[in-house]
Amino acid sequence: MKWLSDQALDRLRMAADAPDLSGTGYVLLDKLGAGGMGSIFRVQDTALGRQVALKVLAIVDSNGEFGARLLREAKIIAQLEHPGIVPVHEVGTLPDGRVFYTMKLVQGRRLDQYRDELGGVPECLRTFQKICEAVSFAHAHQVLHRDLKPQNIMIGKFGEVLVMDWGLAKLLNADIPAGSNEVSKIRFQQQPSSYADTFEVGTAHGVVVGTPGYMAPEQARGDVEAVGPRADVYSLGAVLKFLLVDSGRVPKALSAIGSKATAEDAQHRYGSVEELANDIAYYLDGLPVSAYPEGVVARLWRWMVKNSSWILLIFAYLVMRALFVLWRGR
Amino acid sequence: MRDNGDLRGQGQFPATRWSLIVAARSAVPEERQRALEVLTAAYWKPVYKYIRLRWDKDNEQAQDLTQDFFLRILEKEFLARYDPQRARLRTFLRVCVDHLIANEDKAARRLKRGGDVQIFPLDFESAEGELQRIEIPSPDSMEDFFEREWVRSVFSLSLERLRQECEQRGKQMHFRLLEFYDIDEAGKELTYEQVGQRFELKTSDVTNYLAYARREFRRVVLEQLREMTGSEDEFRREARTLLGVATP
Repeated sequence: MKWLSDQALDRLRMAADAPDLSGTGYVLLDKLGAGGMGSIFRVQDTALGRQVALKVLAIVDSNGEFGARLLREAKIIAQLEHPGIVPVHEVGTLPDGRVFYTMKLVQGRRLDQYRDELGGVPECLRTFQKICEAVSFAHAHQVLHRDLKPQNIMIGKFGEVLVMDWGLAKLLNADIPAGSNEVSKIRFQQQPSSYADTFEVGTAHGVVVGTPGYMAPEQARGDVEAVGPRADVYSLGAVLKFLLVDSGRVPKALSAIGSKATAEDAQHRYGSVEELANDIAYYLDGLPVSAYPEGVVARLWRWMVKNSSWILLIFAYLVMRALFVLWRGR
Repeated sequence: MRDNGDLRGQGQFPATRWSLIVAARSAVPEERQRALEVLTAAYWKPVYKYIRLRWDKDNEQAQDLTQDFFLRILEKEFLARYDPQRARLRTFLRVCVDHLIANEDKAARRLKRGGDVQIFPLDFESAEGELQRIEIPSPDSMEDFFEREWVRSVFSLSLERLRQECEQRGKQMHFRLLEFYDIDEAGKELTYEQVGQRFELKTSDVTNYLAYARREFRRVVLEQLREMTGSEDEFRREARTLLGVATP
């Protein structure tokens, strides 16, 4: 029997993991990454002469459950035509029996790798607004993401923001699976990374999906019926905190926005992603935000900061005028 | 029992789930014997190497202890104690090896059995040779080492079985291409076109042959794994260890 070196083991492992693209019109180029359920490869679309990303099921699918889930993910993304959501091109089954779909190849980096390159707070907030726009669009189409985290957000070469990995998405208008009030399996990612292992544990409520640290409390409890748009608001609040964590002293109003978005009680959070995005926009415009009731002094100070250029100009004018009067009076 | 992959052919179980675990717990001695053979084929090299390095035993001691370990599986029917809900079979076996060696009365057992008498004819020479070719792991990474050796063992057995199947189906070239392109050092930097020139095949044939061999290799590995795991959950997790975790 042939001796297999460590390098040979790695190559064999990758060869066995690689999608069987024979007869598909795609040529395998390289592997881009692996998530909880699928691996993503860069492939060449020989018919159109372009590179696309191909996501294929990477786990054993004994009863077709995961294949169906990947198919569902592709269908959900296909419904969401938005600049902030990567478009799906094709879905199908490979000769090796694994379900796959192809999508636009995003040239860029994950938000967690890109954060340090974002400028100050305003740039972080403008990026965050784009994330909110994509999620809000999905909510308007009755789709919850349920796994929003920096690792699932890509920043493209030209600053475009794309919300990725809709594998755990939930359709709000779909029927809740039967038996949701019985003991069932839960699936979550242990580490805040899209490359983390998935686990299954029992819960007395229902299906739990998400990533600790970014998952809303009701989602972590497996309280299926309580998981709504506010669960994504919580995750976005956690993403906002992630963006601002190295920004030094965070202004109180901004800190309050983060706190309101990540309130333990869903009823204390923003009612929608749009409300959260509005508060961010108000903050950027120097206007009062709903999350932070201001006193008179704070309001005056914010007004002064916002109009500091005009105040300085008027002050300079008055000083000059006073000096002129004094000079004339001599 | 030689290291030639024949075990898998003789001891092959029907394609039912968890057949090895079920057979290992069977009241029928022949069933248990077959389970032991399959188990031994996949695990004896990892166990031997683990004993050599983790417990710092010389090769004769390690051979005795390896024999002793697999004998105990059959004698004591200790696989009946294995609970798939609590641990992977691989982890269970490694811990059992640790217990066996930590237990000091094993020397007496070996003497009672007759010292270096081999119950199973295992090819320790080849295992010893392999040990000389691998990097010695640090003491705190012995668990990873055991896993790596288990992967090596399962892949080796799977390749041997795939070779036999390809021969039976007249697809020797498919297997040869897999060996050349995915295992041999000589093939790893070549393009499909260059491989085609070397084997006098069209590039499209290289693509299709390799796709077939890889697909079949994946299938064989998963079939072997299914026999060697105790639950669907363990099967999935071990499949991930074997096939799905490599990232560039």
